[in-house]
Amino acid sequence: MEYEAVIGLEVHTELKTASKAFCSCSTAFGGEPNTHVCPVCLGLPGVLPVINRQVVEFGLKTALALNCRVAPFCKFDRKNYYYPDLPKNYQISQYDLPLATGGYLKINVDGQERVIGITRVHMEEDAGKLVHVDGPGGGYSLVDYNRTGVPLLEIVSEPDLRSPAEARAYMEKLKAILQYLDVSDCKMEEGSLRCDANVSVRPRGSQTFGTKTEVKNMNSFRALQRALEYEIERQIAILEGGGRVEQATMAWDESRGVTTVMRTKEQAHDYRYFPEPDLVPLEIDAAWIERVRRELPELPDARCRRLMDTFGLPAYDAGVITSSRDLADYFDRVVALYPDAKVVSNWIMGDFLRLLNARNLEPGQAPVPPGELADLLKLQKEGTISGKIAKQVLEEMFASGKGARQIVQEKGLVQISDTAALGKIVDEVLAANPNVVEDYRNGKEKALGFLVGQVMKATRGKANPGLVNQLLKERL
Amino acid sequence: MPISTAEVEHVALLARLKLSPEEKAAYTEQLNAILEYMDKLNALDTRDVEPTAHVLPLRNVFRDDVSRPGLPREKALQGAPEVSEGQFKVPRVV
Ligand SMILES: [Zn+2]
Repeated sequence: MEYEAVIGLEVHTELKTASKAFCSCSTAFGGEPNTHVCPVCLGLPGVLPVINRQVVEFGLKTALALNCRVAPFCKFDRKNYYYPDLPKNYQISQYDLPLATGGYLKINVDGQERVIGITRVHMEEDAGKLVHVDGPGGGYSLVDYNRTGVPLLEIVSEPDLRSPAEARAYMEKLKAILQYLDVSDCKMEEGSLRCDANVSVRPRGSQTFGTKTEVKNMNSFRALQRALEYEIERQIAILEGGGRVEQATMAWDESRGVTTVMRTKEQAHDYRYFPEPDLVPLEIDAAWIERVRRELPELPDARCRRLMDTFGLPAYDAGVITSSRDLADYFDRVVALYPDAKVVSNWIMGDFLRLLNARNLEPGQAPVPPGELADLLKLQKEGTISGKIAKQVLEEMFASGKGARQIVQEKGLVQISDTAALGKIVDEVLAANPNVVEDYRNGKEKALGFLVGQVMKATRGKANPGLVNQLLKERL
Repeated sequence: MPISTAEVEHVALLARLKLSPEEKAAYTEQLNAILEYMDKLNALDTRDVEPTAHVLPLRNVFRDDVSRPGLPREKALQGAPEVSEGQFKVPRVV
């Protein structure tokens, strides 16, 4: 039988505020343990939380960018559970009246556009960090409450995703939107963007849902895709074997490449939500919503369209470049200095991204400023260096941080465009390869490529390829 | 009886309360009395009554997004059952 997967994602993103959601403690990353805490976020008796206006602003921006309906009235609730990462024994969250509902975002997988529903967007607070230490009597845990109370948005999708690749595309698109909005750092590895997945499988074409499991602990896009692939295979194997999928919470084990049971249905949490009496409700009127809507920046889809319309870039190029706001900004700056958009996009999508990825850098951290890349392209266009040398120079720019012109000068990489000098080398190559010359004269076109290659080799790639071709043809 | 002893045990576990058999019986009875009163309230016609989200007539109370130093760490850890490496030391639960 053929199966299809049904996937919904619950994404948590830490908001980029200066202070926590309900108190004035700093949200700065990496402080000494328990140095960004106060009576409110430690849950000491007699304190009152007060919501940070910026959390609501960021929530609104996100909700509108995801095409959601903003609730005119929303409130906070307590989600109760006992675990040492929560000093209050409850998390302030939103339950039945969330900030926004009913939105969507568009993804593109293999040239196919799909619209993925967003069920809801709500505000809540992050929990603390536990470090478990083994020892006698079961060991102990150390708790750092610096992250406790840092604002989060939870963004829940409809079960509209049908494959791990779609889930990844959704996550990448969501990340891009959050970065364009500048509401979150979105670092999956540092936990400022996290994702849980609800997964089930069913016979293709079926309208009912199979029993789902929830998969947690996926800390990268790759982990998300691998975990889903594994979990879908696992569920299909159970069904194929005549068994039943048990409802459970699974944890992805990155090193072993498997999902394992964290909690069964019987151990499922019972959160006993109730309204948070310490926070008053929010009323968000049309004027506020309109103000935020007007202030929304250009979003990835619009920017992608603009690159296609303005520069005639293919959809694929425009999609890659606008997948990150920093990368799109970089592209714009290079194009402003070197106005051949297709050449710029080829370089950015090719060598530039390859060198960035090899160093595990984000586009915003590129060691080569846009002006330097533009200089490199100019050097190539002027004929000062060949395309092949240009690639080498870019590598060197990444490695040393030096400018294109400086590297070309220091390493003597200037292209040889001197007809006399090049002519001499061409003559030498022809003299050394009489058989190949003969082949060419007998109609073997490919022989010319070999001769060009020999000249390039003799000049260590510095010969002007156009001129080499011309000189060879003249002599043949 | 809307609530059974088993449900009282479940709620006690969620609240991390250790109850004696006598307490379980007593709380089962008390909780049932409270829930029976809820039934009385449920008999009221509330079709035209707005749900109450909060008892105070206040909305939109905000703070500005400004960070301030919190507690010095020694103070923050003062109430900890045990302290190690500047952190709260607690029994391991997973
Ligand atoms: Zn605090």
